[in-house]
Amino acid sequence: MRSAVVLFPGSNRDHDMVKALHSITGVQPTVVWHQDATLPDVDLIVLPGGFSYGDYLRCGAIAARSPAMLDVAKKAKAGVRVLGICNGFQILTEAGLLPGALMRNAHLRFVCKEVKLEVVNNDTDFTRAYAKGQVIRCPVAHHDGNYFADAETLARLEGENRVAFRYAEGTNPNGSINDIAGILNEAGNVLGMMPHPENLIEALQGGFDGRGLFESVVTSLAA
Amino acid sequence: MFQNDIDITPDLIARHGLKPDEYARILHLIGRKPTLTELGIFSAMWNEHCSYKSSKKWLKTLPTKGDKVVIGPGENAGVIDIGDGDVAIFKMESHNHPSYIEPYQGATTGVGGILRDVFTMGARPIAAMNSLSFGEPEHPKTRHLVAGVVAGVGGYGNSFGVPTIGGEVRFHARYNGNCLVNAFALGIAKRDGIFLSEAKGVGLPVVYLGAKTGRDGVGGATMASAEFDDTIEEKRPTVQVGDPFTEKRLLEACLELMKTGAVVAIQDMGAAGLTCSAVEMGAKGNLGIRLDLDRVPQREEDMTPYEMMLSESQERMLMVLEPSKEKEAEAVFRKWELDFAVCGETTDDLRFRIIWQGKEVADLPIKELGDEAPEYDRPWVEPKKAAPLAADAIPAVNDVGAALLRLMGAPDQSSRAWVYEQYDCLVQGNSAQIPGGDAGVVRVEGTNKALAMSADVTPRYCEADPFEGGKQAVAESWRNVTAVGGDPIALTDNLNFGNPEKPEAMGQFVRALQGIAEACRALTFPIVSGNVSLYNETNGEGILPSPTIVGVGLLPDVTKMATIAFKADGDEVILIGGHGSHLGQSVYLRDLYGREEGTPPPVDLALEKKNGDFVRGLIAAGRVSTCHDLSDGGLGVALAEMAMAGRRGVRVELGGLAPHVAVFAEDQARYLIAVKPAEAATILAEAAKAGVKAERIGTVGGDAVDFGAAGKATIVDLRAAYDGWFPTYMGGKA
Repeated sequence: MRSAVVLFPGSNRDHDMVKALHSITGVQPTVVWHQDATLPDVDLIVLPGGFSYGDYLRCGAIAARSPAMLDVAKKAKAGVRVLGICNGFQILTEAGLLPGALMRNAHLRFVCKEVKLEVVNNDTDFTRAYAKGQVIRCPVAHHDGNYFADAETLARLEGENRVAFRYAEGTNPNGSINDIAGILNEAGNVLGMMPHPENLIEALQGGFDGRGLFESVVTSLAA
Repeated sequence: MFQNDIDITPDLIARHGLKPDEYARILHLIGRKPTLTELGIFSAMWNEHCSYKSSKKWLKTLPTKGDKVVIGPGENAGVIDIGDGDVAIFKMESHNHPSYIEPYQGATTGVGGILRDVFTMGARPIAAMNSLSFGEPEHPKTRHLVAGVVAGVGGYGNSFGVPTIGGEVRFHARYNGNCLVNAFALGIAKRDGIFLSEAKGVGLPVVYLGAKTGRDGVGGATMASAEFDDTIEEKRPTVQVGDPFTEKRLLEACLELMKTGAVVAIQDMGAAGLTCSAVEMGAKGNLGIRLDLDRVPQREEDMTPYEMMLSESQERMLMVLEPSKEKEAEAVFRKWELDFAVCGETTDDLRFRIIWQGKEVADLPIKELGDEAPEYDRPWVEPKKAAPLAADAIPAVNDVGAALLRLMGAPDQSSRAWVYEQYDCLVQGNSAQIPGGDAGVVRVEGTNKALAMSADVTPRYCEADPFEGGKQAVAESWRNVTAVGGDPIALTDNLNFGNPEKPEAMGQFVRALQGIAEACRALTFPIVSGNVSLYNETNGEGILPSPTIVGVGLLPDVTKMATIAFKADGDEVILIGGHGSHLGQSVYLRDLYGREEGTPPPVDLALEKKNGDFVRGLIAAGRVSTCHDLSDGGLGVALAEMAMAGRRGVRVELGGLAPHVAVFAEDQARYLIAVKPAEAATILAEAAKAGVKAERIGTVGGDAVDFGAAGKATIVDLRAAYDGWFPTYMGGKA
């Protein structure tokens, strides 16, 4: 599986993502600088976590307008899988590739802890390896993960089964509406999520629950 | 219009924090009256913060050498060998005064400064820690300081992308007017890839890197070298403002630059900014430095040379460049959208010359600026020690379970999750132990080895007996590293004390340092870096003496690591080091009876070493994976933490001992381990053979920490008390 990770000057989980992709897909991903206007031809583009341009303005607002993101939008429209984790999710909403917005956490503090996620929709290229309704462990680390969308958008997301992950067992860490942790675009090839599956993929990290997401993409390619 | 040649009045001298005899020394050194810019430069170099003038005499007595010490104190950070051509580079530094004045920015720039110290030397930071001391919870300022400092520590480290894997938070009335914010960072480099500040070669370009210079933090180091009074709010403009996004880019740009071979010498701009960094590079290399301030990137208009030389704007570096690599070097910085400006050169005249608007505004002897700083042998007296407590002066409790519950829900023993959940402890993906255990542990990327580190000091012990307290701080850090399975290698210290001009406070400093030195020698645990923060005093009242120690150790195989959580019902719990009897200065007396009395537990360093080596051997052999050291609150608090972490109880047999003594004594050199029943007898036999006191005290299981007839506390109740205090407190009104 060929993958690319877009590197913004303030990305800081790019390295974690590169390691995860390499260890699970067996292929070293290409790292693409945010000023590059053309991404290579790959099966999966990842926007990693971090603080792309410092995020002193709305998180991801500047990154969404970078040359690399213009090409990401083009490729997403053409059906390439795009995964945005944490800051990557924020960038995807700012770029209009996913609906809604990520506001300050309800308690106004940064939060880093393990939460539980329910796999709401397992019929996607990102979630196939999980069972529908399965509850997995996953860490979060963010200041602005409080997902919000207007009632109409929310109804569409829920109605079209586009909520991929939901915080489960009362672990919603940020006040996110409908406990939403991750959503898909209409075509199902773009996933944005706040939690960090790339940080729970080996014994040292205390578990393997995050691997399924990457294994799902690998499986989708084989299918 | 800026006037450089103004009359230097006694008042002006005093406002620069210089004493009349220090000014006389300046006149003697340069043979004329200084200009205003020069006076500012002297005040920056000769204040306590930068010159260590009160502490130097005593710092020289600390053990700093060892087999694994690559670079000891004197550089930006200390360097130790961790095998396979890798080195760990680390240091701790205080940002106490700025954090009290402006908690968020004070804390962020403290973290930023220590990260720069580490990556200036060529290391990528892989772990951060901190030690925070606040006033009593009831004090009207405490909540505000906790909220601001914690958000600031997190705000910087989280954005920069370094995991904060541990630390400590305490409350005490003696910090009411002076909180402590000590920040630690550790990075990894290759042994042959260490960069130093010593300039080499005449006529080489001096290059300014990073963010632009503004007026923030002008005179910050001088501010940090004075005590506070009620006018403190006026000092807010001396606090700098941090920008972790720029620092992150500076890190990446510096590490990229270092690979090109362009860096001859490099020094970050910390306290006293341009002045300190330039003088340091020149003086170390026996070279002069000429700086042209008109070429320094500036954020504000009409800055004077005085302001530029004293600015503490953050995220800046100064380097001596290999001229043939200038284009390549500049391209790296342009890519990361950072300033890169050749703003001076090295010279052979040993002068520090500053040019501004074409005129020379300062011309000083560079060696003397650093080397001839005043050094004081401050008078000191043996500090008052607390009197010992007779055993019958300590009240017993009927129900140790209820007492334990109260201690676990008290401000100092309760869970710090409210704090550490605001720190990203997972970024980089190598965190093997996050806050909540004995030590933070991070794997060294691409290897199976890991580094363990723990920040410790017990200020109430230091207050009651500075010498024993100093020993205890080192011993506890060593013990915590040991308890996760780490082999302790070296430490960094952050010495926070009161006004050194008071013989009693100076006495605390001297005696604590002697205790630290003795422990370092006995445990073969040298000091490789550190920082001194004096004048932690407000309206005449000093803080508790607080020499924070961060010990660092190596786990050769991270899969052989211990954690505090009980892991299986039926495991036997063994107490290493035997039951204790010492309740002087205990949290039992403090939190149940409001008494801070008695002598602290004495530290038998030979016993520490023997017991610690025994425990570490068991962990390293993969035979023990559950271990916790005993410290504040003794056996009871340790058992409660192990039970809560493992979500399973423990049944303890105390035999005929007085329950409150056995459960809450704070005797040192002790650990709890939990092992399979089949292994217990063997371990007890081995302990006996090694001369280590060890006894079976209970069995894992049940839903409570159960002392039988002496009382019990259920895990549900413990959890509620332990988890509840901090959020409830912070949720309250200021």
